[in-house]
Amino acid sequence: MDVKGTLIVVFAVIAAALAAAAWEIWLERRLLALWQDRYGPNRVGPFGLLQVVADMIKIFTKEDWIPPFADRPVFVVAPGIVVVTTLLAFAVIPFAPGVAVSGLDVGVLFFLAMISLGVYSVVLAGWASNSKYALIGGLRAVAQMLGYEVYLGLSVMGVVMLAGSFNLSAIVEAQRGLWFCAPQLLGLAIFLIAGIAEAHRLPFDLPEAESELVAGYHSEYSGMKFALFFFGEYLGITLISAMIATLFFGGWLGPWLPPPAWFALKTFAFVAFFILLRAALPRPRYDRLMAWGWKIMLPLALANVLVTGAIVTAKG
Amino acid sequence: MRSQIRSLWLVFLHAFRRRETIQYPDVEVPIPPRWRGRIVLSRDPDGGERCVACYLCAAACPVDCIALQAAEDGNGRRYAGFFRINFSRCIFCGFCEEACPTCAIQLTTDFEMGEYHRQNLVYEKEDLLIGGPGKYPGYNYYRVAGVAVGGKGKGQAENEEPPVDIRGLLP
Repeated sequence: MDVKGTLIVVFAVIAAALAAAAWEIWLERRLLALWQDRYGPNRVGPFGLLQVVADMIKIFTKEDWIPPFADRPVFVVAPGIVVVTTLLAFAVIPFAPGVAVSGLDVGVLFFLAMISLGVYSVVLAGWASNSKYALIGGLRAVAQMLGYEVYLGLSVMGVVMLAGSFNLSAIVEAQRGLWFCAPQLLGLAIFLIAGIAEAHRLPFDLPEAESELVAGYHSEYSGMKFALFFFGEYLGITLISAMIATLFFGGWLGPWLPPPAWFALKTFAFVAFFILLRAALPRPRYDRLMAWGWKIMLPLALANVLVTGAIVTAKG
Repeated sequence: MRSQIRSLWLVFLHAFRRRETIQYPDVEVPIPPRWRGRIVLSRDPDGGERCVACYLCAAACPVDCIALQAAEDGNGRRYAGFFRINFSRCIFCGFCEEACPTCAIQLTTDFEMGEYHRQNLVYEKEDLLIGGPGKYPGYNYYRVAGVAVGGKGKGQAENEEPPVDIRGLLP
């Protein structure tokens, strides 16, 4: 692709990711309301669609306060990291045949690297806030990310083995016959659970756990910096959903509709599932979360890799 | 694990339930008739003010939001010279209504009293007075009470016998 084409794709991807993240806030509130037999925001604009705009105006006019006891430079930088790394990870996701910011040959690794970097945002925020709840939130985030990232990577390896490539476009192309959600059902389940933990969404939102830790790592944040954390979380949901759609549900593949429409449809189906999880499940106890991660999910992920590898090797 | 999946499914089924929310400003909220809302001063069926300015409501009020002053007209009939309720203090407990001997002060079902200025929540007598008898149609205090007012002497009220001559010896 020439430079101009790439630039167009870059801005389209950024715009799409940001718009999706913004309107997911609205979608989440409406869907949660639907499952709780209420309406949610339905006053601003048609179906309350402009609620996001109203919230934006509000958050821009809020005081952006930095506590005097905070480590100022780190405190300011931390919220940006999660947004930047998550947006960077969007670079390797193919939205349609040949349409991706970068057709990186190690796309899967790049994705894993970027979401691993995202943990710095949470840790640094918790550390720089210099308050106990934020620190506990940050510590929990580190432990959770360490535990769940290990098998997030391992669960993808089955898909990589079947596709024979780290390139996400090649992985999608390899699913023309059969989506990987069928042969890699266990991998899908593990990736899904690890992905929820990675985006620290409920029920794995222990880093912020508002009923125990005020708001966890972003207790001390306000105004636009808080909004960035919020935004990063929704970008994370979009990213994980897009990755699930790409790795296990054939990305842009599908009949009748144009490829980007299929991709968006699949992604939003998983976003809705994330929201359903939030509506339905309680938060596990912290030690159970860790035990579950290291003692059950990690061996399962390893077994999955082992069996998939054996089958792929046997087939030659 | 099974129970988690089950609760996911059950929550999902709620998508097809009726929503419980009442869209309030668009749809009216059903309010029970004994709702304790905005306080009014009612009139008797003949159009006169029921309030006899006995101060019982002001005494009963736990937050002291009622202020009034008694006055008397030419007929010997008592009324409130001014009657003021500060609704920014009022807790809508209804004690004033219970204390009122003439059923003058009454709580209504209206609760939409939002104001932009606190001062506007202080209601004067002309704001409180309503045109009709409110919850007790047909009740007129002076028609059943034993006090004499202009146009009605002792013993002329309903169900009242003529006064006894206390100096007489006859039974």
